[in-house]
Amino acid sequence: MTIAAEPPRRAFRPSQLINDSRYRGLTIQVVALLLLAGLIAYLGHNLVVNLRALGKDFDFGFLGNRAGYDIGQTLISYTNNDTHARAALVGMLNTLLVAALGCVTATVIGVLAGVLRLSKNWLIGRLMTVYVELFRNVPLLLWIVLVHAVLSNATPIPAEFRGEGATASMVFGVIAFTAQGTFIPWPVWGEGAELLTVVLLLSILAALVWRSYARRRQMATGRPLPVLWVALAILVLPTVLAFLLLGRPVTFDVPTMRETGIARFNGGVNILNSLVALWFALALYTGAFIAEIVRGGILAVSRGQSEAAFALGLRPGRTMRLVILPQALRVIVPPLISQYLNLTKNTSLAVAVGYADLRATLGGVTMNQTGRELESILLLGLFYLVVSLVISGAMNVYNRRIALKER
Amino acid sequence: MSEIHAETVAFARDTMMPPAPPPRRETGAVRWMRENLFSGPLNIILTILAAWLLWLALRDLLPWAWRGIWQAGSASECRAIRDQLYGEGVPAACWAVVRARWRQLLFGFYPADGLWRPLLALGLFLVAVLPVLFSGAPRRLLWLSAAAPFVIVWLLWGGSLWGPVAAALGFVVGWAIWAAVARRGNAGLALLLGLGAALAWWFLLARPVAAGLASVAPLALVPVESRAFGGFTLSLVIGLAGICLSLPLGVLLALARRSELFFISKVAVAYIEVIRGVPLIVWLLVAQVVLNYFLPRGTNFDILLRVIIMVTLFSSAYIAEVIRGGLAALPSGQYEAADALGLGYWQATRLIVLPQALKISIPGIVNSFIGLFKDTTLVSIISLFDPMRISSTIRATTEWGGIYWELYVFVALVFFAFCFAMSRYSIWLERRLERSHR
Repeated sequence: MTIAAEPPRRAFRPSQLINDSRYRGLTIQVVALLLLAGLIAYLGHNLVVNLRALGKDFDFGFLGNRAGYDIGQTLISYTNNDTHARAALVGMLNTLLVAALGCVTATVIGVLAGVLRLSKNWLIGRLMTVYVELFRNVPLLLWIVLVHAVLSNATPIPAEFRGEGATASMVFGVIAFTAQGTFIPWPVWGEGAELLTVVLLLSILAALVWRSYARRRQMATGRPLPVLWVALAILVLPTVLAFLLLGRPVTFDVPTMRETGIARFNGGVNILNSLVALWFALALYTGAFIAEIVRGGILAVSRGQSEAAFALGLRPGRTMRLVILPQALRVIVPPLISQYLNLTKNTSLAVAVGYADLRATLGGVTMNQTGRELESILLLGLFYLVVSLVISGAMNVYNRRIALKER
Repeated sequence: MSEIHAETVAFARDTMMPPAPPPRRETGAVRWMRENLFSGPLNIILTILAAWLLWLALRDLLPWAWRGIWQAGSASECRAIRDQLYGEGVPAACWAVVRARWRQLLFGFYPADGLWRPLLALGLFLVAVLPVLFSGAPRRLLWLSAAAPFVIVWLLWGGSLWGPVAAALGFVVGWAIWAAVARRGNAGLALLLGLGAALAWWFLLARPVAAGLASVAPLALVPVESRAFGGFTLSLVIGLAGICLSLPLGVLLALARRSELFFISKVAVAYIEVIRGVPLIVWLLVAQVVLNYFLPRGTNFDILLRVIIMVTLFSSAYIAEVIRGGLAALPSGQYEAADALGLGYWQATRLIVLPQALKISIPGIVNSFIGLFKDTTLVSIISLFDPMRISSTIRATTEWGGIYWELYVFVALVFFAFCFAMSRYSIWLERRLERSHR
């Protein structure tokens, strides 16, 4: 019987720092740390020297000064007498608006195109392939500029909507696509609208409660309760009833052509073509990527799954909803998150069509007016970084919920 | 036997009957259409919808492109010819603008008598990447691949040949010293000495050596400023330089992120997340206006170089994430087997881990490359003359004012050709490297 010999204990030698794997990691990290610290110190030193030489300082006080420029499309009230900080806030909200609109539309387009590309119909499959390849292989900037050019050159000017011999007409009589923007109806909140909102919120809550009750009931007794129709009724009926009882508190302000004077639309809300172009281009571009993700996700679910579901007697709709979709989603969601992130970051291309997003207000006019490049770009970068981290954080939570529970 | 049979049976067939043709609805185009276009009510609706969409899209586009006018000196001349040929106001493309300005769209403001230089550089690049892209190409070409970057830089920017040669010699010196010391057995020391020798060469000796060689044999091309780069030359220079430089950086970052060394992996995570969290436009803005604050006073280096560096740093973070996916997908048995064989970290990484991880990540890597190449259009926003900006410049001239679609179509087609070729290559490579367990 042998006894494992104690490793010889020798005094620590400096050469062990390089040759002994127990200490080498430490050496490498210390060297890397020193190098990094040196680099940062060097850059910081340069920064201080440069700022002093230019007579500048590092100060965010400029945000409180009067901005002095106008912004075409704002979600909150803003005049050129407001501060740079408020202009930045307007830009921030504009960025978030187009990102949200784009994400929703891109998902709809992407899911549709992805499913249709798998369709047995030859023509539609090919058409979707062309769509996907065309949008994936041509730069987004070109699409944005192209859509903007289409909107501002191929749409009628407001004067063409006027009078008897009007050459242009409004879509459904309420929406007007013009070279100066898209005019859409806008709700006007009248007396009692708050009550209506409360009713709507309560009915949403009630529908959710009904759904969870039906599910618990099915778990307990095995008998399914109708969810969709009852929930729809709970959602719609009380709100419609309240709407009529309260004397129609919400009306729509429909854009109408002025009868005399300069041809202009009165009423409604004008969505600038820059926003529409950015929104459509982002949605179509990202939709092409999402289509590929969706297609891959559906193909990743093995055929045996749907066959097994059919063998259990599930109908095609339920097979899709209960068997295929949950498994496909697990493959689809992580890359989908990164597409949403890409779309959000790509909204910064707004500058190409003159949409006033954060990059155009804080990182554009404000930066050029005040000469505060460092501060503006730092804030700009931080904003995008925070938005990215929040989106990916939220989606990761969701992803963890639907992930396969491995034991 | 057969005779009895023949006598008892009134009629016996002694030849085969020719097979009847299948019913008409079960053959050829009709069957194909029944199966692929009209197999059910939903399918019929979809077919009609698709045909309608197709009609909507092509109804105006095709005649417009087909009627295109190729010979004209200006947009107004184009319109006059169109009115004469097809009548007033009939939509017809004016391809003459592409014919007149193709040189600007492709080369920007590159000197007209030096256009062979970017073309030769592109050709050299394509030959140099052959042995990297296709394993069937002769291995000896790899030497050309090593020399190509320096020759390409010389061809594009011109100046004395000896500058790039001296820079290349730095690598040779560093490598020679590393090899000499490493043979004695001390890898760490060899790396340190090799690096030191190369740096010493670049900072102390390269300039005088280049100057000396230039006075002996003055081989030089007319220097071209970075400002003169434009059009697709600019896109390709930024895109290809970014692609070539960001791959090794991305591999290192991915390895660092998965490293067991706490500090190194945390630094890599921070770098990757910060770069990926902020859009490229903002980083280009950094390169344009902020970078100078962080450099020693008075340095003002080339904007194109700054953009290439920024694009490389940006793209490397994305590639690092793709490769990290590949590394994570490797079964841990591979790492354990490498350890069991007694391979060191770098040996295991080079021989076992990376070949497999890179193979898994090929589609992702090529996708990032396509993204990077498309993103080169963003430099128009910091006032470099990429194809998009060149087209707006052309539109701003008096001759070609009001020409939109023709230029967009041309630029889109060229981008499409490059990106589509890249994606097809990736599919081909994926198939060739397939070692699935079927």
